[in-house]
Amino acid sequence: MTTIIETKKKVQLEIDGKTVLAPEGATILEAARAVGVRIPTLCYHEALSPIGSCRVCVVEVEGVDRPATACNTQALDGMRVVTRSERLFNLRREVIRMILAHHPLNCSPCPKNGDCELQDIAYEYDLAPNDFGSYSIKTEEYPWKEFSTPILDYHPRRCVLCGRCVKVCKEIRGLGAITMAGPGALASIQPALADPESPSRCVSCGECMRVCPVNAIEERMGGGKGKPWETEKTATTCAYCGVGCSLELNVVNGKVVGVTTDDAAGVNKGRLCSKGRFGYAFIHSGERLGKPLMRNEKGELEETTWTKALTKVAREFRRTLAEHGPDSIAGLSSARCTNEENYLFQRFIRQAIGSNNVDHCARL
Amino acid sequence: MTNSIAEIEEADVIVITGTNTTENHPIIAQRIKRAVERRDARLVVADPRRIDLVEQANYWLRQKPGTDVAWLNGIMHWIIKNNLHDKEYIDERCEGFEELAREVESYTPEQVESITGIPASDLIAVAELIGKSDKTTFLYAMGITQHVTGTDAVKSVANLAMLTGNVGRRGTGVNPLRGQNNVQGACDMGALPSSLPGYASVADDSARRKIAAVWGVDSLPSKPGLTVTEMMPAILKGEIRALYVMGENPALSDANITHIEEALDKVDFLVVQDIFLTETAARADVVLPGASWAEKDGTFTNTERRAQRVRAAVQPLGSCYPDWRIIQRLFQLMGFSADYASPEQIFNEIRRVVPSYAGISYSRLEKGGIQWPCPDIDHPGTEFLHAEGFKRGKGLMTAIPYKPAAELTDDEYPMILTTGRIQYHYHTGTMTRRCPSLETLAPEATLEINPSDAERIGVSDGDMVKVSSRRGKISLRARVSGMVEKGVVFTTFHFSEAPVNRLTNDALDPVAKIPELKVCAVRVEKG
Ligand code: SF4
Ligand code: SF4
Ligand code: SF4
Ligand code: FES
Repeated sequence: MTTIIETKKKVQLEIDGKTVLAPEGATILEAARAVGVRIPTLCYHEALSPIGSCRVCVVEVEGVDRPATACNTQALDGMRVVTRSERLFNLRREVIRMILAHHPLNCSPCPKNGDCELQDIAYEYDLAPNDFGSYSIKTEEYPWKEFSTPILDYHPRRCVLCGRCVKVCKEIRGLGAITMAGPGALASIQPALADPESPSRCVSCGECMRVCPVNAIEERMGGGKGKPWETEKTATTCAYCGVGCSLELNVVNGKVVGVTTDDAAGVNKGRLCSKGRFGYAFIHSGERLGKPLMRNEKGELEETTWTKALTKVAREFRRTLAEHGPDSIAGLSSARCTNEENYLFQRFIRQAIGSNNVDHCARL
Repeated sequence: MTNSIAEIEEADVIVITGTNTTENHPIIAQRIKRAVERRDARLVVADPRRIDLVEQANYWLRQKPGTDVAWLNGIMHWIIKNNLHDKEYIDERCEGFEELAREVESYTPEQVESITGIPASDLIAVAELIGKSDKTTFLYAMGITQHVTGTDAVKSVANLAMLTGNVGRRGTGVNPLRGQNNVQGACDMGALPSSLPGYASVADDSARRKIAAVWGVDSLPSKPGLTVTEMMPAILKGEIRALYVMGENPALSDANITHIEEALDKVDFLVVQDIFLTETAARADVVLPGASWAEKDGTFTNTERRAQRVRAAVQPLGSCYPDWRIIQRLFQLMGFSADYASPEQIFNEIRRVVPSYAGISYSRLEKGGIQWPCPDIDHPGTEFLHAEGFKRGKGLMTAIPYKPAAELTDDEYPMILTTGRIQYHYHTGTMTRRCPSLETLAPEATLEINPSDAERIGVSDGDMVKVSSRRGKISLRARVSGMVEKGVVFTTFHFSEAPVNRLTNDALDPVAKIPELKVCAVRVEKG
């Protein structure tokens, strides 16, 4: 945990009539959040430095003509800020209307429907699909543009050009695998041209997908469909490397269909690598073993029952024990199994077999 | 790790060696990059390959594979010679300094350059940097340990850390990065031939008595058992007759697998518990289908000693059972009682047996992971070890001479092969290769080869090559790349189609019994 040394001076300002003491350097948005004043945002993301592209967060600062964007304007001593007014409401509504003018609004086929930051804000500002000539989410989508990795699809129509994905790739990943290119509203996110050996190549971590406020970046080979309200999330720990990232398995109808994260949880604070985020399909692989197997007279492995399989194992262990003693049996436990299973396994070898011949593959 | 992942961002100097962190521990690599970019920490990379982090590094020491002890001794030589070591710290907390100082005396920068290929001036600059900085953290992984001299290299890292007072303080430490999710936990739980749960030696009578009392038995075996790398030869010698393998795939992951296959075929009785019919399970007499990670409850302990919950998200597939249930059933069939109703009950027994876990409970873990040692329920857990001094009294510095790798190149096998991982796959690929996304990103093994070697052999990027060693032969596609130095080739062990462990050497480090997976002599041909 980083200790932040509070040497910074405080500034005092007023937001919607409330007095706020904020550390020097804080933005108006941070100061407002500290006293529970909500300013709507779209491009802003807590894990990233401010982008300032969408203008949804406009506020009025006394003495300043043009409304300021709260997410990237510094809070200054003596400032008087208003976050709610008819003028601001109309301004924000106009900004969102511009975004929605080229974002398809037939939300029902969209998997993000119900968990979409754009949908929420459109609802808040009373904008409905029939305010625009709406696009169909499917037919207008093709052809897709090639993204920076073959495992993600990018949908330019859905993209609201907030710039979060570009920022996250640069700030958190330390890469710059994607950029925004093209004129104004016709801009899109494109892979940055990089040599395949350069450290700024895409590593398929999916961080861009994680921070996208809409559904513009999607897993191409995702685990299946499921709407947010039918998805159950189970918090668990990644099964791959020793970092032990926290993640949530998203389950629909008894099937894992995706992985999400909690920005506040664990050692990774919402971040994952490609294995953690996309390495779940094996769970439902058709090649999983579903029944015990035992070698038959012909020497082939054949399905059997648990009772037969386990009785055979216990009998063979007993026989070997009787004929050759405990040190003629050995067990390999697993660095992939849980603590509880490893504990029980070594207890089995030490107690039931009576040998210390137990190890796991940490050495490999 | 003696210290925590988050503390990496507090170090002034970060030394990483034998770990392509960007590929193996991406989330840690991000922390390193951030420390460099935002806090201006100095980064030293010691690696034979031009790994991604080299781009960010202030110094890149490109040692010849297998020469880690030599360059580490060289750094210590310079530090001691120039009085940059932390004398007060050494006096107070360490022993063995005199012997160490005598040993490293001959490792002059020029001498080290001739062994390792690291320019003397770079070695001196890094020695000065570490010697003069307040906090240095040392991160390493299998690139250091998978050599016949692996234990030596780990001790050398510890020597250097103690010499410069970099153990027992925030933002410092000797920090092995664990490759597999629960290596730390498996070791803590005593899945080791010479230690009981909690690391007491099996030869320690009072520790054995204490555990025997909890398990309700009169005595436990005191003779150390065999390591995984000793079990296979023991099978071939007829000493081991039955083998129980849970969730491991030695037929692909171990060195010199031709040897392993022979052993697995020879053993009288092989039982394998896994979720797929792995190369190992295919040779079993009985295969028991376990539940996958998404189907079971329990805990994992990460590389910074943090115990964290694993929770079942879906029901076990078919008639699979979680591994703990299968072992419990076998216990009963062998005539013992093992009555646990849940993993939590097993965990509560662990808390009684392993003192450093005593204060960790499932209900506390609901609020997030806890780092051991955590001796009681009010203890917050421990971010970094040895704050109050070393467990054994004084930190032991050991004099370690450099020894060359077990297998050297010759005319027949003129190149060095080193092995490792890529970030899209895990271990032998049993899980990741069944995930379409990850398989798309890396569908096949490739052999990284330096452009000049490629030209000499007459292969271009994407051509098939044959790689042979004294033990076997594989074919795979060449990837011509400046990542590796001339004379060195690199590949991964994730792919059963090109099982690199047909080639690797099963010569063992005499103490840790780790095979020399990182260095073996090979010949590369077009074809
Ligand atoms: S997947 Fe990761 S590396 Fe690739 S573009 Fe997205 S954020 Fe960047
Ligand atoms: S893809 Fe998503 S995150 Fe990126 S600019 Fe478009 S809407 Fe924003
Ligand atoms: S998400 Fe990636 S870095 Fe995190 S634990 Fe899993 S494999 Fe390791
Ligand atoms: S949230 Fe402030 S400009 Fe987008």
